[in-house]
Amino acid sequence: MTLQAFRTQSASTRLFRSFSGIEQRIAIATLAIGLLFVGVDAARAHEFKIGAIEIEHPWSRATPPGAKVGGGYLVIANDGDSDDTLVAASLESAGRTEIHQMSVDNGVMKMRPVEGGIAVPAHGKAELAPNGFHLMFMDLKQPLKQGEKVKGTLTFAKAGTVDVVFEIDAIGAMPKHEHHGDMSGMED
Amino acid sequence: MTRRRIAVIALAVIIALAGSAVVGYQLSGSGAATAQRTGIGGPIDLPATTGKRFSTADLGGKPYAVFFGFTHCPNICPTTLSDLTLDMEQLGPLADRLQVLFVTVDPERDTTSSMKDYLSAFDPRIIGLSGTPEEIAAVAKAYRVYYEKVPTEGGDYTMNHTATVYLMDGKGDLTGTLSLEEEQPTRVAKLKRLAESG
Repeated sequence: MTLQAFRTQSASTRLFRSFSGIEQRIAIATLAIGLLFVGVDAARAHEFKIGAIEIEHPWSRATPPGAKVGGGYLVIANDGDSDDTLVAASLESAGRTEIHQMSVDNGVMKMRPVEGGIAVPAHGKAELAPNGFHLMFMDLKQPLKQGEKVKGTLTFAKAGTVDVVFEIDAIGAMPKHEHHGDMSGMED
Repeated sequence: MTRRRIAVIALAVIIALAGSAVVGYQLSGSGAATAQRTGIGGPIDLPATTGKRFSTADLGGKPYAVFFGFTHCPNICPTTLSDLTLDMEQLGPLADRLQVLFVTVDPERDTTSSMKDYLSAFDPRIIGLSGTPEEIAAVAKAYRVYYEKVPTEGGDYTMNHTATVYLMDGKGDLTGTLSLEEEQPTRVAKLKRLAESG
């Protein structure tokens, strides 16, 4: 991994050095930095907003054939001065959606419905991810397929209900956070 | 007198050996010593997604990896099966030298035919097993697998269950485990060792 990174770096350094003039180098560097921002923008594009609440990248996983349940994951940011709570959610292809919490305790996977919703503190964030708080899509009418976008809603106690779109990722996908396209971002 | 002294020394040696064996057993983690002493595991004979009954006795000394879960499981079961699928891909032909089993802890909802559909998303070599609630309870007990229903809204239920993948050698003894927290290279290395042991 390190060796590979080193090789990639030295190759790009060599390439960079092949541009002799300072103007050329500045131009290339500017272009590279510009591309970086394009990448970040693309990564951030999948966002929804209602009042002070911002929802980042709602996603789910493809489900195996016949599966009746799926998980919903997202990050909620609260820019406001008062706390809010995610109290309900829905997905177009699910009969109903509940808020659950998963934990692994001594090798035992435990799932429990969350009473009263998920708090999103003022100027704080709440994360719904595979191994913690998540939305539980139940009675799926059809399997969720990788690459699909499925409409849903999120309801907050104060901000109200917002329409969102869940992007369907691979079966075993993990949260990518800000490391879009970076394999090292696929940690637990 | 001399005889008695020899007896005392012999006894001391035996105690020391026994002590080091215990320490060795505790240190060996995934060693063979663990397998014989944990008592985890046992023969499995259940209706399978192959359409027939599956028995570990028919494996003919092939090692196996067994995981307990259910299909109404949003995260850990599909993730584990997906991880195992990727691991088997990495192992290549070596994966044929072990058998991966998925036993339901929810036999009321998971039939072998619904499990067959479900497993079609994963490596085709993975065999799904169901059975009567009593049959499942007996196998779960042998593998010390904990499972319970958790009621959800609307009269439905989900399940809590042991999510460890048990690695069993050709003799049916536990040689190690895989867990959700492990990275792929670790899992593949363990499965490779298991496959090669057969």
